[in-house]
Parts: sequence; structure tokens; C-alpha cells
Amino acid sequence: MHNVEPLVALRGITKSFPGILANDRVDFDVYPGEIHALLGENGAGKSTLVKVLYGIHQADTGTIQFGDRAVQIRSPHDARRLGIGMVFQQFTLIPALSVVENVALFLPHLPAVLDHGVIARRIEEVSGRYGLAVDPWAPAWRLSVGEQQKVEILKLLLARSRVLILDEPTRVLVPHEIDGLFRVLAGLREHGYAVVFITHKLPEVLTCADRITVMRGGTVAGTLVRAEATERGLVGLMFGTAWPEEGSSRREPIRESARPLLELREVDTSGDGVSLRQITLTIAPGEIVGVAGVSGNGQRELGDVILGLTQTAGGKKIIHGQDATRWSVDRIRRSGVAFVPEDPLRMLIVPPLSVLENMALADTRKYARHVGLTVDWIAVRRDLEQSTRRLALEMLPPAVPAGTLSGGNVQRLSLVRELSIDPRLIVALYPTRGLDVRGATAARHLLLAMRNRGAGELLISEDLGELFSMSDRLIVLYRGRIVGEARPKDTTVYEIGRLMTGGVAGG
Amino acid sequence: MASAHARIPRHSSARAMLRATGLFGLAFVIFAAVLLAAGKDPIRAYRDILSSTLVDRYGFSEVLVKMIPLMLTALAVAIPSRIWLINIGGEGQLYMGALFATWAATYFAALPAWELLPLVAALGFLGGGLWAAISGVMRAYGWVSETISTLLLNYVAILIVSFFVFGPWKDPESANYPQTAEFVAAARLPTFFGTRVHLGLLIALVAFIVYHVVLTRTRWGLEIRAMGGNMEAARRSGIAIGRYVLVLMFIGGGLAGLAGVGEVSAIQGRLRPSLSPGYGYTGFLISWIAGGNPYGIVASALLMAVITAGGDVLQMAHRLPGSVVNILMALMLFVVLARRRVP
Repeated sequence: MHNVEPLVALRGITKSFPGILANDRVDFDVYPGEIHALLGENGAGKSTLVKVLYGIHQADTGTIQFGDRAVQIRSPHDARRLGIGMVFQQFTLIPALSVVENVALFLPHLPAVLDHGVIARRIEEVSGRYGLAVDPWAPAWRLSVGEQQKVEILKLLLARSRVLILDEPTRVLVPHEIDGLFRVLAGLREHGYAVVFITHKLPEVLTCADRITVMRGGTVAGTLVRAEATERGLVGLMFGTAWPEEGSSRREPIRESARPLLELREVDTSGDGVSLRQITLTIAPGEIVGVAGVSGNGQRELGDVILGLTQTAGGKKIIHGQDATRWSVDRIRRSGVAFVPEDPLRMLIVPPLSVLENMALADTRKYARHVGLTVDWIAVRRDLEQSTRRLALEMLPPAVPAGTLSGGNVQRLSLVRELSIDPRLIVALYPTRGLDVRGATAARHLLLAMRNRGAGELLISEDLGELFSMSDRLIVLYRGRIVGEARPKDTTVYEIGRLMTGGVAGG
Repeated sequence: MASAHARIPRHSSARAMLRATGLFGLAFVIFAAVLLAAGKDPIRAYRDILSSTLVDRYGFSEVLVKMIPLMLTALAVAIPSRIWLINIGGEGQLYMGALFATWAATYFAALPAWELLPLVAALGFLGGGLWAAISGVMRAYGWVSETISTLLLNYVAILIVSFFVFGPWKDPESANYPQTAEFVAAARLPTFFGTRVHLGLLIALVAFIVYHVVLTRTRWGLEIRAMGGNMEAARRSGIAIGRYVLVLMFIGGGLAGLAGVGEVSAIQGRLRPSLSPGYGYTGFLISWIAGGNPYGIVASALLMAVITAGGDVLQMAHRLPGSVVNILMALMLFVVLARRRVP
């Protein structure tokens, strides 16, 4: 298809971080005049790869060929000198400065005295050509997110970048802005720019990419030209095709008649991040409801609404048959609801406190003695040991500050603490993330055992294998809505994967 | 951990002491240069300050007298700071405490001392506490930052006290002096050993012990430390953060109010507009220097009391303006702030 030479060629890129192999012998080519989508789940190694290309990370092994010569990219400075630019998810504009000043700051060889007029004319000229119209004199804080992104792209163009890397550029945009961005990218392609564009949304890839590289588990699962690509094929590459079918034999019939532990009726939320829309959901005793979705589609918001941390903007929340829409976090937790959060170090663990003190925070009322004047540390320790044993984990050192534990041990502490209260309802976000195989298996067994004893569970995970093997029912979240619901045995990974990435059910 | 608030850094007590000592040493060296520039012998000046404060019996008692409001107002800052609340309102809370105490001392003047004194102290605590709780409410509901509101309410409190002493409560017998009538003997806090050292010293020390015990031993202390260590985790664990904001502001303000009680009831014996030479602000400085550590607060309060008393020495023995010690205090603040790296 390409009879031109690649502009940049990465060969055999391997990059490991402590504990994980983020990139494993990755080959990746970028041609001039193409939009190259880099597709994959979170943690598939996309970000690491482009960060190697942009000089933020250095590859352990592998080479980078730029044009006809081998290059070393040791820093973003090196990358920019070669004409490689990157737009990050977090924009880097300085709010108080105007567009002109923000662009000027980025230009190489900035003169001591700035002629704002000259820069403004260049901005207007370039932005006119590619449909990137912004007011050069507007202060950055006044720009919408879409306009800020345009300025970020303008910065790269004016700094004479030829390879533009965009890290999930559509994540922050509303639909019509996404269309606008795609027109901009198409214009850049016509002028011979190379665009590398990271995403995990299938429809976008099929709309605007010329070539698609799918990553999975740190390796390239395949590179396709668009004509060859189908949703089904891409989903297969993204998620793999072999799924462990463990656990299905452990199922026992759900007690359909039992009163639901949790009911959400048409719940809406508003606020920062993703807003939930019309979420209707029930969890019965002895049932695991799995939530599939690419992270950032409302999973955290769903957990926060159930926890009572986020107030509903509409709809009703019923816990154990009682209207809990306005209950406090404390009241919800005391009614027997446990939460395993997505980021325990930030959301559950208090780093300066010891393991034992963190354990006591699960239910300080329970451990208080003499109306709270003292704490029954013996009981705390007993519960810590008991819960650890049930999870088949090794005992964590009780006196050590929790902040000094490793990531896996923080996750263990999170599980040990939350499951110690013998909850009736468990909301678990990515409960096996960060655990080794043995720990992950133990955690899954425990969640299943608690289900079999009658607890209801909401299991939010990015691991489709885990969701399929554990869940009694699956729902799919996409942009804050439930876009699909099925029993694992009645659906396929392909179907769920397509719904997760914005495809339409049944198509 | 991402906390949007300025943080009073915390250290182990030994390290905090060492660190504070070094910082103070630096401030003293710079101040020595100022004294030299003014044509004075800094070594003699420091020696005079020491011999008339820590060594001299009367001088030391006066240092203790000054330490009482300083320790209490520093605690008023330290307690809310455990959950990242910045209380700059010690001065106003002190004034409101004094106002409430004066009201109690005047309107229940007929009660015997064993009933009147606890009432005066309780109302003083209540006055300071309620004043701080205003900021606590506004913060708990997310309306106004407590940093701003406590600072601004200082001016309001001082003006309210002025209103009463210039107006309705003015002592008719005191010619044109803006002050209330003298407290009855039953409303005066007892003093010790023929000095001005009063019962407030014991109250302050008890407050320190309670603060320490509550923080390290109790369920509430555990929850406070959880909020201090990770606010997000505390919220998700179901700790009622708004309630703690309110209660800790109230207790802090109450302690500053007790400082006001000591000043009106033991030192001045009546309410005057010039009740405090900025104890509330110095208390903030002390708490900041000590990183909220109880021992550090006592040590810093001692030092600040010595410096304040030293101002009189410099004025009388060295014919320098008494306010010259403000330079030293400013230097202390400066070195304390300078130790923290700008991000």
C-alpha cells in the first residue's frame, strides 16, 4: 500500500517497569500523510509506546529509525527537534496567558523581544488552512476544551512538527467537536503530516484512521489498513479470543423472589467527569452483576452514587428495601455495604496510619470502647487476622505505616479491610488489579464464596475474562449509560466488546 | 497526596525541636546584625534579655503570664490544622471570649466565686467557640474558606468589643477611659505566688494533655488523623467531615476564648479595647513553627514570650524602640516560611 518510506520506524521496542513488561518487542511505523490509530485496552502499552517515541521513556532495547537514519530520542526536546510533537490528555496551556503567548512559549529559537503581531499572523494563517480557528488574543482560560486542544495542535504545527501524537484526543470532546477534530486531522493528512492517534473507541478508528495498530498486553496484536478492518476483527484483536470459562460450574440458582439488596431507578448524576444517565439496576442476594466498560465511562461515578458520595440529580436509590437516596456514606456503609475502590491508595488507605489503624477505620463505631474514649485494638487485630485468613493472604505487618506497603499489599489491605465487615452488598472496582495470580484467584474465590452465602455484588472490571467467569449478569457502561445487559452464557466477548467501544447492540 | 490547602508540616517531636532551634538561631543571628547596625552590642542585649526574663524570678513569672494566651491561641490554630483547616482567627476568638466572660462577670456578679468563675470560663469558651464556629459552618457547607472568614472576623470581633466598651458597658466612673467597670473579686481568676501567673496556666497545660490524649488514644483522634492523612479516604470511609470541621473549629475558638478570659479576668480585671497585643497572630506563628506538635508549641510559646518581654528590656536598658522586637518576630516568620521549598 505504501510505496514511500516510513517517516519513523520503531523496531523491537521493549520497555519494562518494575513488575510489568509494558512493551514487548513492538514494531511500529508511521508514514507521512497517514492517520495511524493506536488501539487497545488500558494497560495494553499504547501510552508507553508513544512516550518512547516522544522521548519521555527510553526503550530498554530496540531502535528508532527517523527517515533514513537511526536516532536516539532521549528527551521530548530531542523529539521536538526531529519534528515529533505530542498533545497530552492533560493540556499544558497557561491559563493567564493569551493564545499567542502560549504558542510563543513553545516555539524553538524564541527571540528576546517577542513580536506578538507576527506570531498572531502565523497562527491565523495556519489555523485558517487546517480549520483550527481560535482567537489569538483570547486568554487561555476563556477557551473551551475543544479550543484548547486546537491551540495545542497549533503549537505543534508552528513548531514545525511533522509527526503529531495525540493521546486520546476525543476523550474530552463532545460529539460535534470530535467531528471537527477529524476534519482537522484529515486536512493535516492532505498536507503530508503523520498523525498518531491513541484511542480505545472503535467507531472513531473506523471513521478516521488509515491504518490501525492494535495492542494487547504490551505487544502488537496486529496492524491493519482500514479496508481490512471490521469491528469484530478489531474487538478480537483487542481482547483476545481465548477466554477462561472457569467458575460457571459454581453457579447456583439466583433466588429470584428475594428482595433486591440494591435498586437504582433511573438515576442521573451531574458534576465533574462523566454524568450517569437513567441508570436502572438491581442486585439481588446471591448475585454478581458485572459491569463491563472501558474505564472512564462512568464506573467510578456509579460506585460513588451507590456509596452516597455523589448525590443523585434524579432517580431513586433503594438499599435493603429502604429509600437510601439521601443517606450519608456512613449510614450506607453501616447498613452492610462494602466498597473496594479502584485506587485504594488514594481512596481507602490513610498512608501515615498503620495497617492496624487503617483496619479500624472500616468501622470506628464498632471498635470504640467507653463511648469512643478508647479503641479496642485487640478486636481490630483479631478481625484483621481473621479476614486475612479468609482471603488466604499473608498477614500484613500491623504496625507498619500503610503508605510504605507495595501496591499489591495496598490492594490486599483494601480487600481485607472491606470484606472484614461481612457485607451484604459489595461494590468492587477492579478488585484484582495489582494482585499476583494467587492473590487474584483468592480474591475471586472469596467474592464467589460471599455471593454463595447470599451477598450481592457489583463487580466493575476491565478484565472481560474475569467478568464472564464471575458474573451472573453483565451490564455494559458507555458514556454514563447502560447500553447493554445480558447473561454471560447468552452473549459473547465480541458482543460485549463492541458495546464497550460504542457500537450498537445486535449489529 | 494532593491537598489544595497550605499545610502545616508535621514532624516527629525531636526533629521538630531540632529544626525550630536551628531556625530560631538563624533569626537571632540576623537580628544581631540589626542591633549592630543600630550601634548596640547584640551580645549584651541578648544577655540582658535573658537575665531579666528566664533568670530573674519576677521576669520569669511575667514570661509565664505571656505564655498562657500564646499557648492557648496556638492550640486554637493547631487543633483545626489537624484536618487542614487554617484558623487565623485566634485574635477575634480571644476578643469574643473576653466579651462573653465580661458579660457573665457583670450580670452574675452576685454569685459566689466557685459558681461565678466556672461560669465566666464556660461563657468565654462559648464566645470564642461560637465565633470560630461561624467560619466552621461556612466552610462545612462550602461557602467560604475558613482562612478568609476567620481572618476577617477578627476585625469584626474587635469592633464589637469596642462598641460595648465605648457604649453600653462603659464604666461611668472611669472618666473618658473606654473600659468596663472592674470585675468583682469573685470573678477574678486566682493568681499564684504573689505574681500575675494565674489559673489559666493550668488550664492551658491540661488542654495540651487532653489534646494529646484525644488525638492518640480515642476513636475521634483516629478519625481526625485519618482525615489529616487522607481526606478522600476518610470521606469514603463514612467519617462525617462536616461535623468535625464544625467541632474542631469550635474547640479551637473556645481555647482562644479562654485566652481572652485569662486576660480580662486575671490580668486586666476589666474589658478594654486594647485587650491583646496580637496574641492571636503570634499564636498562629507559634503553631506554624511547631508544626502543630504539642511540645513544640510549649517551647515556641516560651521563646515568643521571652522575645515579647525582651522588647521592654531593649526599650528600657538600651533605649531602642520596644517595637524593634517585631523585627525579630518577622524574621522568625520569614525563616519558618523560607524553609519550605516553593514547588
